[in-house]
Amino acid sequence: MITKRIIPCLDVRDGRVVKGVNFEGLSDVSSPVGLGRFYSENGADELVFYDITASSEGRRLFSDALRAVAEQIFIPLTVGGAINTLDDFDRVLKCGADKVSVNSGAIRDPGLILRAAKKYGDQCVVLSADVKRVGGRFTVFAKGGRENSGLDAIAWIKSGVAHGAGEVVLNSIDTDGVRGGFDLELLAAACEAVNVPVIASGGAGGIGDFVRLFKTLPRVDAGLAASIFHFGEVGIPALKAALRENGIPVRI
Amino acid sequence: MTLIINYGVGNLFSLKSALSCLGVEAQVSGEPEAVRRAERLILPGVGAFGDAREKLRLNGLDRLLQQEAASGKPLMGICLGMQLLFDRSFEYGETEGLHLVPGEVRPIAPFIPKGYKIPHIGWNALRFGDGIGQSEVFKYISDGDCMYFVHSFAARGCAAHTIATTEYGVPLTAAVQRDRVFGMQFHPEKSGRAGLNILKAFCEIQ
Repeated sequence: MITKRIIPCLDVRDGRVVKGVNFEGLSDVSSPVGLGRFYSENGADELVFYDITASSEGRRLFSDALRAVAEQIFIPLTVGGAINTLDDFDRVLKCGADKVSVNSGAIRDPGLILRAAKKYGDQCVVLSADVKRVGGRFTVFAKGGRENSGLDAIAWIKSGVAHGAGEVVLNSIDTDGVRGGFDLELLAAACEAVNVPVIASGGAGGIGDFVRLFKTLPRVDAGLAASIFHFGEVGIPALKAALRENGIPVRI
Repeated sequence: MTLIINYGVGNLFSLKSALSCLGVEAQVSGEPEAVRRAERLILPGVGAFGDAREKLRLNGLDRLLQQEAASGKPLMGICLGMQLLFDRSFEYGETEGLHLVPGEVRPIAPFIPKGYKIPHIGWNALRFGDGIGQSEVFKYISDGDCMYFVHSFAARGCAAHTIATTEYGVPLTAAVQRDRVFGMQFHPEKSGRAGLNILKAFCEIQ
């Protein structure tokens, strides 16, 4: 039976993890390799590295960091942030990324998904969408949630999958940072709409939120979170033990 | 020396890193001489079967791999590299494989229950099955260990050589062995410690 994936997401600026974590026994809290290894050894099923660098020098440092991680950590690596062209795909795949997530770049240029899927395969292209309710309608936002694209979220992910996105990450702006649980209404609508893996993001405040996510929506494949893992509030081994107790298949 | 065969298909970076992490002396090359010189061979691959098969043919690597395998040199195909070992594939029309393991590669869609997603992406458990002795390549892992899978096609008609299956509504072929030819549908180089242990066992085969 396929297991539910738990995915920590790390924001990287100039090759260093920002909002570094605070774990005992980890001396360099902003080292992508150190943190990647920590999560990999503690049950993470996949890692997402999100490049929030603004400069080209920072981009180069990100590539170096990614290469160093990929040399030492043997679980799937997904890279997002600043992916606007096929050259960007090429750049991160050559550094050892397994999957590439597109967000604003695909909103600006919807053909990017199809071109990338044709060149690298569907399994390589992850469509990530930041979604917020506007007038009761799920709407896609661009540029890190700052700009309303006007696109209907469900229609957008359906079209992304039709063009070759092999997975969908749904980040709910409404529940993000609130720590009151994942956006089950949005996720249910997404699972109804597409037949590729759906990854839930935004809103996890504790172990119970993951249990509720997978119990309520068995079609959701993975839960992604950042701060609750980084601040040590939720340890992945404890989270997985709780999921297993609740009859949810996980890799331990 | 273990050779990772480079024939222009897929990302070899992770595989190279995984072997180097295990302390295995490895090289990446598509040169016939390197293939002949190697103690064992790894055939990776991501993408479409037809395209990969054609690249092997253009390089003359297909014949060479068949000769090397016949001589008893250990060979491991991974993901698409595993699918290439079979007699044929039905991905975008019928394409002949390397005939190193009897069986054929078919889309999984018609065989799995409704509601199961395609591709089969994620961590799934290996089942060694009844009656099949545990393969030497699995000597450092256990039945039930999870591996990372990403595929929409799977081998069928190869029960006699199947050394592990994985459950996705139905059992799918996860690993095969015929003499010293091994095929892994999943990515051992992306399957954490358990995956590295499979590569380690393979690299110990003399």
